[in-house]
Amino acid sequence: MIDFKVIGTPILLRNIKKIDPESIEAYIETGGYEALKKALKKSPDELLEEVKKSELRGRGGAGFPTGIKFEIAKNQKETPKFVVVNAEEGEPGTFKDRIILENDPHLVIEGAILAAYIIGANYGYIAIRPDYTLAIKRLEKAIQDAYKYGFLGDNILGSNFSFHLKIKRGAGAYICGEETALLEMIEGKRGEPRKKPPFPPQKGLYGKPTVVNNVETLANLPFIIYYGSEEFKKYGVEGSYGTKLFCMSGDVSWKGIIEIPFGVKLSEIISLAGGVKGGKLKAVILGGVSGSLVKYDEVDIEVDYHSLGRIQAGPGCGTIIVLNDKRDIVDVCENIMRFFKDESCGKCFPCRLGTEASYRIIKKIKEKKANLHDLFNLERICKTMKNASFCGLGQTAPNIILQSLQKFKDEWLSHIS
Amino acid sequence: MKEKFFQKSLIEDLLDEQNKHPQKYLPPKTLKKIAKKHKRPIPQVYSVASFYPRLSLKPRAKYIIRVCENLACHMEGAEKVIEAIKEFLNIDFGETTKDGLFYLEKSSCLGLCSLAPVILINDDIHGNLTPEKVKEILKNYIEKEKSSKN
Repeated sequence: MIDFKVIGTPILLRNIKKIDPESIEAYIETGGYEALKKALKKSPDELLEEVKKSELRGRGGAGFPTGIKFEIAKNQKETPKFVVVNAEEGEPGTFKDRIILENDPHLVIEGAILAAYIIGANYGYIAIRPDYTLAIKRLEKAIQDAYKYGFLGDNILGSNFSFHLKIKRGAGAYICGEETALLEMIEGKRGEPRKKPPFPPQKGLYGKPTVVNNVETLANLPFIIYYGSEEFKKYGVEGSYGTKLFCMSGDVSWKGIIEIPFGVKLSEIISLAGGVKGGKLKAVILGGVSGSLVKYDEVDIEVDYHSLGRIQAGPGCGTIIVLNDKRDIVDVCENIMRFFKDESCGKCFPCRLGTEASYRIIKKIKEKKANLHDLFNLERICKTMKNASFCGLGQTAPNIILQSLQKFKDEWLSHIS
Repeated sequence: MKEKFFQKSLIEDLLDEQNKHPQKYLPPKTLKKIAKKHKRPIPQVYSVASFYPRLSLKPRAKYIIRVCENLACHMEGAEKVIEAIKEFLNIDFGETTKDGLFYLEKSSCLGLCSLAPVILINDDIHGNLTPEKVKEILKNYIEKEKSSKN
């Protein structure tokens, strides 16, 4: 149903649509669970070094170094420890975790087991949104099969390492993609974020050391452990190693998932998706509606953390929504802020009121009923949200609006009476 | 620990109980039952149930239509599709049709942006929609319902 393309050799999509996702034997035939077998012969310390050397960064949006996260959790004395797979994908324009889970569930399961072995966790949850029904069905089967084959359970493959994995369904709230809100959800509470520090690797699920990783991040681990960090670093560029999935939607001729090694140009990715549809390129929303806005004259840029950092952008969770020149930036911003106003959990004041107030102003501007004072207020509210919100939701909600005020100032002003 | 680990969470129990109800919601007596099972105060269970968009405390319908109007769907004309649904079924968001068959609600991104505009009817995905297409789909559901009654 969801189509995909690849630039170069894929790491994450290597099995997709080639093997039967409901067959563990098919996964094993392609070299599946070999990384686990190899890992069990080594010490967790050696493996941790390998992950650190790979310089793998979290693929959920924040880009935190995975190895450091593992190290913090590994160093905690308290037990039991937990691994949580964050499959609460909710960013508008993002569907990469869905495609991995539906088409290659064992890749994520193997990744979770490896993470658990490294940090010394005996329990893990895959926290997934309830409407990913096909993914849940396939994961359930995959987990059952992994137990049967002895890859999960007590004394995995005859070692003294035990790990249990279970699916935990959520009930559909965007905020639950935030790691501490996700933990609250697993504990059966309202999905409101916790105060950090302590961070989850110190005190996470039920107050115990927990690593929360995005689906795509964990899907990289079997490759890193099996082939080694040297091989992994052949993909991508300095500071941004490996490959990344991008979800194409909006005004492009072809929509779907593209896997690229870091360092490919943004313009090249758009061309691979058949170019802009219905007009000329106006801008790209990169990394989701909480991500960044790349203007048409900036798209000739390499997609990696360092290059994108120069234009205050980042790969984020890997979303590319292309806007053509017939799109009204105010209309786009209205849609984005309406989303955040609906999804704000209500815990903190700047986000709860800020999203609502800025939505109203944008709506007023779109209807050409606003004056310059409203525009100043919008900017002020957005900056307050960015600086004072409790969690990532409120801090990143005004990103696109603030960047568009800079990059498309004339267009905003043309709506002012 | 192991026993606790494999237990269903409060949210999962709420989801499953809701699915069992013909009107897909959580009446007070269900909340009481679940509160007892999880040894949690009823107000706390209520506060959880009222937080999550997928849980409902008011009666809905056999088929829940969840429409996405976030950016990717919005750009492909989701509003027109939604208008067509509202007009065809004569309901607004948060309302049930008179025959108790359909309930319409807004949803956050469904993670199907390459199929925009997209809706879910219960768990079934309907993508690449136009106002005409969505009416056809709804007609099919109504037909199916009629024939199953006869």
